[in-house]
Amino acid sequence: MRAGVLHGDVTVGWSLAPLSHDVTATTVVLGALASRDWRPMHHDHDFAVNRNGTRDIFLNTPNQAAWFERYVTDWTGPTGRLGRMTFRMNTPVFPGDHMVLAGTVTSTEVDEVGCGWVDLDVSLEVDGAAATTCVVRVALPIDSDDNPWRRHGDRWRP
Amino acid sequence: MNDLPPVPDQVLARIDQIQYELEGGFPVEQGYIWTSCASVENGNPLFWDGEVAAELTDGPVAPPTMLSVWFRPHHWSPGLTEPAVPLQAHFDLKEDLGLPEAIISSNTNVFHHPVRVGDRVRSRQVLRSISEPKTTHLGRGRFWVVDVEYLNQDDAIVGVESYTAFGYRRDDGESQ
Repeated sequence: MRAGVLHGDVTVGWSLAPLSHDVTATTVVLGALASRDWRPMHHDHDFAVNRNGTRDIFLNTPNQAAWFERYVTDWTGPTGRLGRMTFRMNTPVFPGDHMVLAGTVTSTEVDEVGCGWVDLDVSLEVDGAAATTCVVRVALPIDSDDNPWRRHGDRWRP
Repeated sequence: MNDLPPVPDQVLARIDQIQYELEGGFPVEQGYIWTSCASVENGNPLFWDGEVAAELTDGPVAPPTMLSVWFRPHHWSPGLTEPAVPLQAHFDLKEDLGLPEAIISSNTNVFHHPVRVGDRVRSRQVLRSISEPKTTHLGRGRFWVVDVEYLNQDDAIVGVESYTAFGYRRDDGESQ
């Protein structure tokens, strides 16, 4: 089985290495189109400013989810399988922003069907303030023979 | 400060009712998976390396967070006279409640059966709740929650997205 973080190696309080990215208009537009979101506030500066009342175009919700997924699975490796994500957008993320993703493990558990879960608090910060926060529940292999992607039906309870 | 009318009965009647069962406009495709991964520089080999995908998931799968991608309509297609909008239950509420602006304030995604290349994903929308009037820094409006359930061609649930939105009127009179 592919090497990756094992459930038993993870402890509460584990901090993931931060990920930084300079947001550009291309980041926003590429992210919107990659998620098939054609709404103008994610590509039309004039609409964003004069209709939505925001400073500029801004990252859309599905693309932020993709950023959170990338951040978490950079850490887990390909055997990590997302179960649940809850995120809250506090302030928009605009071109020119320097965003920093950071995450901390808040709990670990093995559920009654033997799936190893890790919960994390992840934040997307701009200028030191959390623009978006995300609670992520991800399954990790219990041992080197386990593979969360093989769980189906009643054995997968996200 | 503008005030808001009560929520019409016909809108309240939609709560917990299935609406807008839609077939995805195209089967899940590898190219879109790569475009999505490229947009966030996601180098997870599960999505780029066929051998890894074969070993872990018996073939290529899509990133779970791409769930909504597969039901979003084309911006244009033959015979379409108006731009199609996804999450129609959300846009209906903007119209029916007279709240021309809206943002998504929070979003919960639960991922079930993996989405595979070639799958045909369909969706259905369920309005779950509408709040009393609230005032935020954006203006006066209401919060609402809309769930979108996704199923594959075998009727297996592949995921559920729950959107909390705030529909509002701007206080500066610019809303149309």
